[in-house]
Amino acid sequence: MRDLSLHLLDLAQNSVKAGASLVTIRLTVEESGWLTLVLADDGCGMDEALLARVKSPFATTRTTRKVGLGIPMMLENAQRAGGNLTIESQVGRGTSLTVTYDMRNIDSLPLGDLAGTMLSLILANPDRPDFLFEGKSPAGEANFDTRQVRQVLGGVSLAEPAVVAWMKEALEETINPIFGGV
Amino acid sequence: MKTLADLEAIRAKALENMGMRREDAGSARVVVGMATCGIAAGARPVMLAFVEELKRRGLEHVSVSQTGCAGMCRLEPMVDVMLPGQEKVTYVKVTPEMVGRIVAEHIVNGRPVEEYTIGAAQ
Repeated sequence: MRDLSLHLLDLAQNSVKAGASLVTIRLTVEESGWLTLVLADDGCGMDEALLARVKSPFATTRTTRKVGLGIPMMLENAQRAGGNLTIESQVGRGTSLTVTYDMRNIDSLPLGDLAGTMLSLILANPDRPDFLFEGKSPAGEANFDTRQVRQVLGGVSLAEPAVVAWMKEALEETINPIFGGV
Repeated sequence: MKTLADLEAIRAKALENMGMRREDAGSARVVVGMATCGIAAGARPVMLAFVEELKRRGLEHVSVSQTGCAGMCRLEPMVDVMLPGQEKVTYVKVTPEMVGRIVAEHIVNGRPVEEYTIGAAQ
């Protein structure tokens, strides 16, 4: 994975698979360059046995293959930049994954196209779940909540082309000034 | 600046159009592989390019969705195009630059772009 936004796109799919109704993405970049990404869902959660081995590349819930590389690759990239990846989970309650690393570290991942990741997530899952993005950097705050969009739209789908076009611009306008959009 | 008021207008228009749009059971589908392997190989810009190109051509009946890993990670990004009454066509190692041709030749004109398909790659 070339940047954090691609990891986020990948890992958020785990929340979708876990049957979440709300996926919360909280990204904070501090003045010091320290980055914290929290990906929290209200999905099915993991039991202690799965939680204990979930950072291994040989842990996966799928039955077709024996490898699952999403979490281990993110962990490796975080550790390479002086950070870490931690996961908390409760069966029936949901899972919260936290990534931290130092953006001043020469080996740190760039943020990437966060707006593109959010749009892809929504497009790929237009009916469920809802996505909440809460971003904060020294440049300001960026919030986007599909529940708000859904409320205004009534029964109209988020996959409606005009809605997609609106969300694309709204996401770019909201997120890019705060996180650079690169 | 995009506001929720704009969205309200979009909603009104969408509801208006809904009556006009025929609900054809077999509408076209574009499915992009978006597992870890697909994403790492560049599936996100490909998916967004399809959305952009379909919107540009006003092909509102074509849906874009995602799927997981098909087990051929070395051929990602992979895209399935399904047209009503035709067999599924799988494109491999798709880049955003290839999307224009796939939409024009296959989705619009019904002729798959053979050189991009999995058959040509193997």
